[in-house]
Amino acid sequence: MSSIHQHEQQWIEGQPTFGGLTDQVSALVENKTPRGWYIALAVSSSLTVVLLALIGYLVTRGIGVWGNNIPVAWAWDIVNFVFWIGIGHAGTLISAILFLLRQQWRTSINRFAEAMTIFAVICALIFPSIHVGRIWFIYWLFPLPNQMSMWPNFRSPLLWDVFAVSTYFTVSLLFWYVGLVPDLATMRDRARTRLKKITLGILALGWRGGNRQWQHYEMAYLLLAGLSTPLVLSVHSVVSTDFATSVIPGWHTTIFPPYFVAGAIFSGFAMVTTLAIIVRQVFSLQNIITVRHLENMCKIMLVTGLMVGYAYGVEFFIAWYSGNIYERFTFLNRAFGPYAWAYWIMISCNVLVPQLFWFKKLRTSIPVMFIAALLINVGMWFERFVIIVSSLSRDFLPGAWGYYKPSWVDVGIFAGSFGLFFTLFLLFIRFLPIIAMSEVKGILPQAHAAVDPSAGEHHTRRS
Amino acid sequence: MAQLFKRWTNKIPIAVVAGVLLLVAGAIGFFAFFGSPRYTDVGYRPMQPLPFSHALHAGDLAMDCRYCHHAIESAAHANLPPTQTCMNCHTLILPQSSRLMPVHESWGTLRPIAWTRVHLLPDYAYFNHSAHLAAGIGCFSCHGNIAGMTVVTQSQPLSMGWCLGCHRHPEPNLRPAAEITSMTWQPDADHARFAAELAGRKKLNPPQDCSGCHR
Repeated sequence: MSSIHQHEQQWIEGQPTFGGLTDQVSALVENKTPRGWYIALAVSSSLTVVLLALIGYLVTRGIGVWGNNIPVAWAWDIVNFVFWIGIGHAGTLISAILFLLRQQWRTSINRFAEAMTIFAVICALIFPSIHVGRIWFIYWLFPLPNQMSMWPNFRSPLLWDVFAVSTYFTVSLLFWYVGLVPDLATMRDRARTRLKKITLGILALGWRGGNRQWQHYEMAYLLLAGLSTPLVLSVHSVVSTDFATSVIPGWHTTIFPPYFVAGAIFSGFAMVTTLAIIVRQVFSLQNIITVRHLENMCKIMLVTGLMVGYAYGVEFFIAWYSGNIYERFTFLNRAFGPYAWAYWIMISCNVLVPQLFWFKKLRTSIPVMFIAALLINVGMWFERFVIIVSSLSRDFLPGAWGYYKPSWVDVGIFAGSFGLFFTLFLLFIRFLPIIAMSEVKGILPQAHAAVDPSAGEHHTRRS
Repeated sequence: MAQLFKRWTNKIPIAVVAGVLLLVAGAIGFFAFFGSPRYTDVGYRPMQPLPFSHALHAGDLAMDCRYCHHAIESAAHANLPPTQTCMNCHTLILPQSSRLMPVHESWGTLRPIAWTRVHLLPDYAYFNHSAHLAAGIGCFSCHGNIAGMTVVTQSQPLSMGWCLGCHRHPEPNLRPAAEITSMTWQPDADHARFAAELAGRKKLNPPQDCSGCHR
C-alpha cells in the first residue's frame, strides 16, 4: 500500500513547499525579461507581420493569389484550419476530461495546454474567415435578421462549424480565465508596483481565497469542465462533417467524426509535448513537468496514433469492401497517385513514429519524444492535406482532374500563422503564470496531511 | 495591507455590463432603423429631366397607366413611353410651353428623354413585371399612389424581405383584373374568399426558393 501511495504522490519532484512553488513559478514572470525572450518575440512577431501583410494582399487581390483552383477549391486554407483546430483539442482534453477523471498529472501542464488551445483556435479561425473571399460579408455566416430575409443554410455543417468553433473558443477562454483567477490573485499580492497591483487586481476579480470563494470556484470549474467535455468530441466531429456530408469519394464516409477526433487529440498532444519540453528546459521546470508527465502524454499519443492508423486501414478496407469503383480508385490514388509522397509522409509520421512509444526507454527519452512529437505534427498536417487535396484533385470525371500546387502566399500565410501562435504564446509565458500554482499545490502531499492526519491509506483513495 | 480599490469601485462591473448591454441594444436599434431600406430607400425622389406630373396626368386627367406604360402587362420589363406617346397629345396641347422643351428637343433630335429610374431592382434579381400583373397584383401594391405624386417617389422598400413577404402571403394584394391600375380601389369585406378563389383559379404559387428570382 505504501508503495502505491508513494507512486501516486510523486507527480511533483523535490518536495517543494507551498511558498517554494509559488516563488518558483512567479519568478518566471517577475524576473527581468531574459534576452532570449526578446529574440524569440522578434522572430515570431516578424512572422506575424508577414501574416497580416499577406492577408491584406489576399483581401485586396482576391483568392486567386492562392494556389486553389478548380477542381481543388479547398486547399491549404482548409488544411491549416483543420490542423490548428485539431491542435487545440489536447488543451480541452487535459483541462476538462482529465479533470473529471481526477487525473492529477494534468495540473502541471493544463495552464499552458489551455493557452495553447486558445491560441491555436485563434490561428484556426483566421483561415475560414479569409477563405470566404469577400471578408467584408463575413457576418453572413451568422444568422442575423436582415432586410434580405436571408439566412445561412441550417442544414449545412458549415454553419454548425461556425457555432461549434465559436462556442469552443468562448468556453475554452472562460475555462482558462477561471482557472487563472486564484493565481492572478497570488501575483497581485506579490506585485511591487502600483500599476501591476491595479492591473492584476482587476483581473483577479477580487479574489481573496476565502472558503466560500473556493467553493464557488470549484463549482464553476466543475461546470465548465462538464461543458467542455462534449466539446472535445463535438467540435472536430462537426469539422469532419464539412467533408463527410459531401459526395466526394474519400470524404463521404461515416468513419470521419471519430477518426477526426482521434487525430485531433493525437496532434494536440504532440504540440503540448513539443511545447512542454521546450518550456521545462528553458525555465528549469523539470521538477514540476516531470518525465512521467511527458511519458503519460506519449502513451496518449500511442493510443490515438493507433486509432488513427486503424482508421487509415478501415478506409482502405471499406474502399474495397463497398465495391464502389470511385472509392477504390480514390484510395489507390492516394497511396500510388501523384500525391503518394504526401500519403507516405503521413503514414510514416502518424503510424510508424508513435510505435516508438511502446518502449519505455524511448518514451522516457526527451530527445526521442521531442523529435517524434515534431514528426507527428508534420504527419497530422499532411493527413489533412492528403484528405482534402488528393480527394478533390481526382474525383469522378477524369476530364476535370488537376494537380494542386501552393503559391508563395499560401506558404507565407501558413508560416505567418505559426508566427502569430508563438507571439501569443511568448506573451503568455512572460505575463501570466505558466503553471497552475493553486492546482499543483492541491496535489502536494501536505495539502492533504492537514485535512486528514489519520493515515496514508486515505490519501491513496482521495487522490 | 491597504485596500487596493475603494468601495465605490464595486459598482464598476455592473456599470460596465449595463453600458455594454445598452450599447449593443443601441447599435442593433440604430442599424435596424437607419440601415433598413424602409429608411434608406423609401422616399427616393430623384430630379427628372422635366417636371412631368403623374398627379396631373393620372390623377386629375384620370388617364390609365397603360396609355403610356403600355407593355406592363405583356413584357418582363415595364416600359417607359417613347416621346411619340407624349407628342400624341402635346402637338396640340401646350405646344409652345417652355416646360415641355425637353420633349420637343427629344422629338426633334430623335434622342429619348433620359428619365432617372426610381424603382430599380438589382441586376441579380430576375423580375418579370407582366407576371405580377397577370397574377392580379395592382400597381398600387408596389408603386403606391402614383396618381397623387407630382414627382414620382419610391413608396415601398423593394428589399428582398419585402418581396418575400408578399410571395408568402400574396392574398391581401390580389385584386380583380379590371381594377389592376386603380389607385382608389378598396378590398371589400369578402376579400379573403375572393383572393382564395383567384389564387386557386390562377394556380398562384409565388416562388420562395433562391432560383425563383436569382437565376
